[in-house]
Amino acid sequence: MTIAASAAGARGALGRGRLRNAAERAGLFLAVLAVLWGLWEGFRAFGEAVDLRAGQFVVNDRTMPHLHDIVAQLFEPSRRNGPLLIGVLWDAALFTAKEAAAGFLLGALFGLALGTALAHSGLLQRGFVPYIVASQTVPILAVAPMVVVWVNPRLPPGLRDWGAVAVISAYLTFFPVTINTIRGLTSVDPRALELMRSYAAGAWAVLWKLRFPAALPFIFAALKIAAPASVVGAIIGELPASIQAGLGGAILNFNQYYITSPPSLWATNLVAALLGISFFLAVLLAERLVVRRAPEHVG
Amino acid sequence: MRRARRVAGEWLPAIVVFVAGVGLWEGGVRAFDVQNFLLPPPSGIVQTLWEDRSQLWSASFFTFREAVGGFAIGCSAGFLAAVVLARWRLLATAVMPYAIAAGAIPIIAFAPITNNWFGVTGMTSKMAIAAVLCFFPVLVNTMRGLTSVSPAALELMRSYAAGELTVFRRVRLPSSLPFVFSGLKVATVLAMIGAIVGDYFGGAPGALGVEIRRWVGIFAFEQAWAGIVLASLLGIVFYGSVATVERLTMGWHPSVRGARSE
Amino acid sequence: MSESRPAVVSLRGVTKSFGAGGVTALQSIDLEVRPGEFVSLIGPSGCGKSTLLRIVGDLVEPTAGEVVVNGKSARQARLDGDYGIVFQDAVLYDWRTVARNISLPLELLGWDRARRAQRVRELLDLVELRGFENHHPWQLSGGMQQRVAIARALSFSPALLLMDEPFGALDEMTRERMNAELLRIWERSGSTVVFVTHSISEAVFLSTRVVVMSRRPGRIAAIVDIDLPQPRTADTREEPRFFELVTEVRDRLREGGLDEDRTAPDEGELVGEEAP
Repeated sequence: MTIAASAAGARGALGRGRLRNAAERAGLFLAVLAVLWGLWEGFRAFGEAVDLRAGQFVVNDRTMPHLHDIVAQLFEPSRRNGPLLIGVLWDAALFTAKEAAAGFLLGALFGLALGTALAHSGLLQRGFVPYIVASQTVPILAVAPMVVVWVNPRLPPGLRDWGAVAVISAYLTFFPVTINTIRGLTSVDPRALELMRSYAAGAWAVLWKLRFPAALPFIFAALKIAAPASVVGAIIGELPASIQAGLGGAILNFNQYYITSPPSLWATNLVAALLGISFFLAVLLAERLVVRRAPEHVG
Repeated sequence: MRRARRVAGEWLPAIVVFVAGVGLWEGGVRAFDVQNFLLPPPSGIVQTLWEDRSQLWSASFFTFREAVGGFAIGCSAGFLAAVVLARWRLLATAVMPYAIAAGAIPIIAFAPITNNWFGVTGMTSKMAIAAVLCFFPVLVNTMRGLTSVSPAALELMRSYAAGELTVFRRVRLPSSLPFVFSGLKVATVLAMIGAIVGDYFGGAPGALGVEIRRWVGIFAFEQAWAGIVLASLLGIVFYGSVATVERLTMGWHPSVRGARSE
Repeated sequence: MSESRPAVVSLRGVTKSFGAGGVTALQSIDLEVRPGEFVSLIGPSGCGKSTLLRIVGDLVEPTAGEVVVNGKSARQARLDGDYGIVFQDAVLYDWRTVARNISLPLELLGWDRARRAQRVRELLDLVELRGFENHHPWQLSGGMQQRVAIARALSFSPALLLMDEPFGALDEMTRERMNAELLRIWERSGSTVVFVTHSISEAVFLSTRVVVMSRRPGRIAAIVDIDLPQPRTADTREEPRFFELVTEVRDRLREGGLDEDRTAPDEGELVGEEAP
């Protein structure tokens, strides 16, 4: 058996019933979309009809704007005589994307390096992994102002402000990458390691030719989690840094004016979600290109 | 006795790192004369934790309840959803992309909305955020667990003409536990984060996140850092309690048993 | 075979115990393997035959005794690449093609690309897998995967080939075919083979000598010379002499395998037998 195949269990959820026809897939995608849309509007209609209340929750235009209103809002001016909302959000998304991409790269590289270093010693793992886990319990939102104040002066003028945001974004990114890198590098088939020993291969050769390729599925699984996380980190980081140009600023802004235009906030959230999803898809694409494995073992 | 020694040996490196870390922190802050605002010395934080303990305690307890409440709701929902999706795979194939997409939505996006729905000061809005954050890790992990049963085990059950419910109870569920716990552990941390981030957009006056924000605003940095440390500790405690439950219920599993190689 | 050339493998008093409790896997093994031989190790489960193989390969350290491989210490022999090893599990890399799997040891040895490509072509011919260079392991059957593993083990032309139940996971038909192929490869490559197996007929068919081991603690119960003529074919299995030898090996196994009162089979192979 091959290394990956010998560790198999049953196929994952998407393995069985895999639809070959791309058109079928697209159709299913749209069908679910339609169902969700129907559920939303249906719930809304129901709630209005029976005047549904749950604590403070009421169903009306403020709490549950019509989905078509949200989409329509994108094509309205964001403020009086201003540019279209969709234009504003597009620019904001690009701005945040820049920060998030930088944070993702930083976090991923750091996570890989840290994970590789720790994978070689059980002692180091037992010493440091608890704190790596604990680092994620620190509410980054609360610490963000301090990070901004500390990092900004130390950056060249061109990178000020958004550089600090990238650091915060990296903070959320490195954790899954580190943990999964350790797991991936250490879950190599012992037989494969014995074989390497029989070739008298040096530690570096073992790392590069065996452990690392074997760890790629794990690493990509982590990168898929880290990708949207980097976007979240970037948005969070923008708030204390008082950056208006990104999605964080847009969310704060439209939150303030929620009463006047509820769909605007929802539209902003939609764009934020799409940004996160697009980062995820980018990693997914990279995975398809880089990782060649027995079909049932990817992802 | 041997077992106690083994446990101690396992935790020793972490303890050493902790002591060394705190020492470096204390020494470094003094030596480099770091501003209090940026990073106070551990001694300062401990002192503040003690002096303001009643206020800090009530604030953190409040937030902790928000987190636990959200955790309970989100994890149950995630678990149930996973059970349903594992049973009807076609549904799973259809819904998975959306589940993954929804998991990519930044938390920040929810907070203003749940505040609008459930009111700023109640616990409910923060619990909702925590619940949503817990939902996806638990869903994804539980699904993986329920669907990675060895075909041989399933065939055995079929040979006993065991009904679906029996198979679920006796085979799928136990074998999915490691995955479920994996998801739960991730969820504990996210629940705490969710509760605190929720507070940032406005919350009850006594909540920890709100207090931290207020302290930063009035430059009461010692308190702010004490609050941050406390929030982190609570997250760790929450995580640790789930990990303990895991160890107690799953002592037989290699990942719990055999992690101490080398 | 050549008596004058020094032994490829020489074991003297090799003993192996595990753990503080002292489970003795091997007890005072003395054995010599001469160049060009095909020696099988056979014995009940838990008799330590796999452990012995690993000791020869310097993958496990003996508790006592002397191990000389190719005139050097086992460790030096390993560092010098004097042997190739094949496990029951092919242990191929999913992310490499067949050709790149075979060339892995050559990469580690620093061969240049042209030389590697040439050698891989030769080996693919040897194991009759021409045309599968660019396939991936999961696209091959179990038998084919093992052929790749054998090719890989022979890639750097080692003097010694160590094989740990390589065909154990295959069905009987494939197994018999692989046996014939292995003999052909052995003949053409001229290496010495030490082969661990559970199957009496396989041991008799393949070997020049069969080493019968006793149950734990493993000792050499008997050595049976297989005087069947080479080259051996499927017909060899039908010959009367074949059956005689199989019976003899079986008798020796029984003698070594059963204790005075015990008739129950052994427990499985020792856990933790392999090197950590």
